[in-house]
Amino acid sequence: MKLSMHTKVLAMLLSAGLFAGCSSTGETMDEGAYGSDVAPVDQDGSTVYGGDDEGGVSSSALTEEERMAAEERAKMEALRDITTFYFDFDTAEIKPEARDVLVAHAQYLANNPGQNVRLEGHADERGTKEYNLALGERRANAVQRFLIVNGASRGQIETVSYGEEKPAVMGSSESAWAQNRRVELVFD
Amino acid sequence: MTKRTWTTSYQTVAAALVALIMLATGARAELLIRITEGADAALPISVVPFAENGAIPPGDKVANIVRDDLAMSGEFRPLPAEKMLSLPSRREEVYFRDWRMLGQRYVLVGELSRNGDRVVARYELFDVNQEKRILGETAAASVNGLRTLGHHISDKVYEAITGVPGAFSTKLAYVTLDSFKGKPRYRLQVSDVDGKRARIRLESQEPILSPAWSPDGKRLAYVSFETGKPAIYVHELSSGQRTKVADFSGLNSAPAWSEDGRSLLMTLSKDGNAEVYRMDLASRELTKLTNHWAIDTEATYDHTGDGIFFTSDRSGGPQIYHMKTPGAEPRRITFGSRYNARPRPDNSGDYVYYVHQRNSAFHIARTNLKNGEETVLTRTESDESPSVSPNGRMLIYATKQSGTSVLTVISADGGAAYSLPASQGDVREPAWGPIVK
Repeated sequence: MKLSMHTKVLAMLLSAGLFAGCSSTGETMDEGAYGSDVAPVDQDGSTVYGGDDEGGVSSSALTEEERMAAEERAKMEALRDITTFYFDFDTAEIKPEARDVLVAHAQYLANNPGQNVRLEGHADERGTKEYNLALGERRANAVQRFLIVNGASRGQIETVSYGEEKPAVMGSSESAWAQNRRVELVFD
Repeated sequence: MTKRTWTTSYQTVAAALVALIMLATGARAELLIRITEGADAALPISVVPFAENGAIPPGDKVANIVRDDLAMSGEFRPLPAEKMLSLPSRREEVYFRDWRMLGQRYVLVGELSRNGDRVVARYELFDVNQEKRILGETAAASVNGLRTLGHHISDKVYEAITGVPGAFSTKLAYVTLDSFKGKPRYRLQVSDVDGKRARIRLESQEPILSPAWSPDGKRLAYVSFETGKPAIYVHELSSGQRTKVADFSGLNSAPAWSEDGRSLLMTLSKDGNAEVYRMDLASRELTKLTNHWAIDTEATYDHTGDGIFFTSDRSGGPQIYHMKTPGAEPRRITFGSRYNARPRPDNSGDYVYYVHQRNSAFHIARTNLKNGEETVLTRTESDESPSVSPNGRMLIYATKQSGTSVLTVISADGGAAYSLPASQGDVREPAWGPIVK
């Protein structure tokens, strides 16, 4: 998706002949580098990109965009290092802090249709085993829905609930319970 | 060991059996005692060590098995043998005055003799105050089956005194979990109710859950994750033959048998949400019994064999519901706290038992279905998986003792208790088997 966007921008730039007078890459914006048909400068003199004329973008803006995209990719990749999501007792509500990370996973799945993921739902040891099996499934389903809404396709996702059978942390403390109420994303 | 002269001729034994059974039946009606107060009101009983004639296998003593069974029930307080003034084995040796002096209500005496490859027990139970025999019988078991013989006598004694059939000859199914070569090891086991004579029926590195006895005691249904996801199996105990009966996408869990043993209730989420279904085992045909966006699970038949108790969080948290007939509008049963789950009714229709959260602890509680009154039965705090004995007098559940899961048996009103820990690791998911005639 990102690549095709770049291609489009590149094509636009080429068709607008904006490469004339541009240095190769990495240059800071410099008044002198703009061609005569370059986008207008607004009243207080700051540079405005775009405008009515779609060609009003500089080549250095492209590299900036590339840099930002790379940064964004790195950020998304870093986010995707997080593959475990935690829940409150007897709930399957995705926490606000989990959203950006799950969006990153969803986009990754959208960009890689061949990639599958297994969502493993878990509960803490409190309460009954069978209800916890259903609760683990509800959590996995909540994550599945979130991923689908954000671009992943249903066929890429498999869910399984282990209920309270596979705790991440042994013990009967608040902290152990908090770490055991979770959904884990397992990529093939 | 004093030699005694108990005739072992087959005909004599058979004749005595008939006579004694008649006596026993005749006596039962007038001696019905309803015990309602649990451990504090435990009845003093003396189980006198049985006399032995002929080659009785060493090891477990039959009278000790009986003594321990009765003590285990919480309804009896057996007198230690060293406090007894005499060790009678037949009626003419019983001096009621002595037993009265020791504060005893009942005295059981008996004698074991060898008959080929069988051991025959002749035993008599006396009411000390009335100076009357209230039970007399002979019973036989193979030389390797002295525990079977002991539990049988316990059942008879229990019934003669309380009027309720004993459940000491029934079986328990449960799951143990330990670690073997760095991997978890789940084992489905079946034992006597005192935890003895355990046999492993299934071993897996993946979880085994929710064993459920068929009404004839011949099959277990359970959930196994052996393929990486939960599926329901039916396991015939005599042959070891297993059939995978439910392996749909999503949950396949919480099996419970119908009274006729022909169908299973189960929780499936194949349509996206946990619902209760009934599966006919012959045709594998499914009938959907609940239909709600909430979690519906842990279904079990009520004492009528028609109505169904189940757990649902349709009110916001898990609560117990009852459907009078499959598919009827559910009625909510529990209101006392925000978490009540895994209902297990007794077979009288009086009570339903379940896991109940109070403050931060999980206990076993029961609700009186006649008046809606709720009683918390346990003081332990991480309680799970209640299972009622088939005579409704006792309850087994799983709890934690210093971080390890153990089984605990209590009287159904919460009085007495005993624990059944595993020799190593955890033991959980107890299921009390039926009385098999």
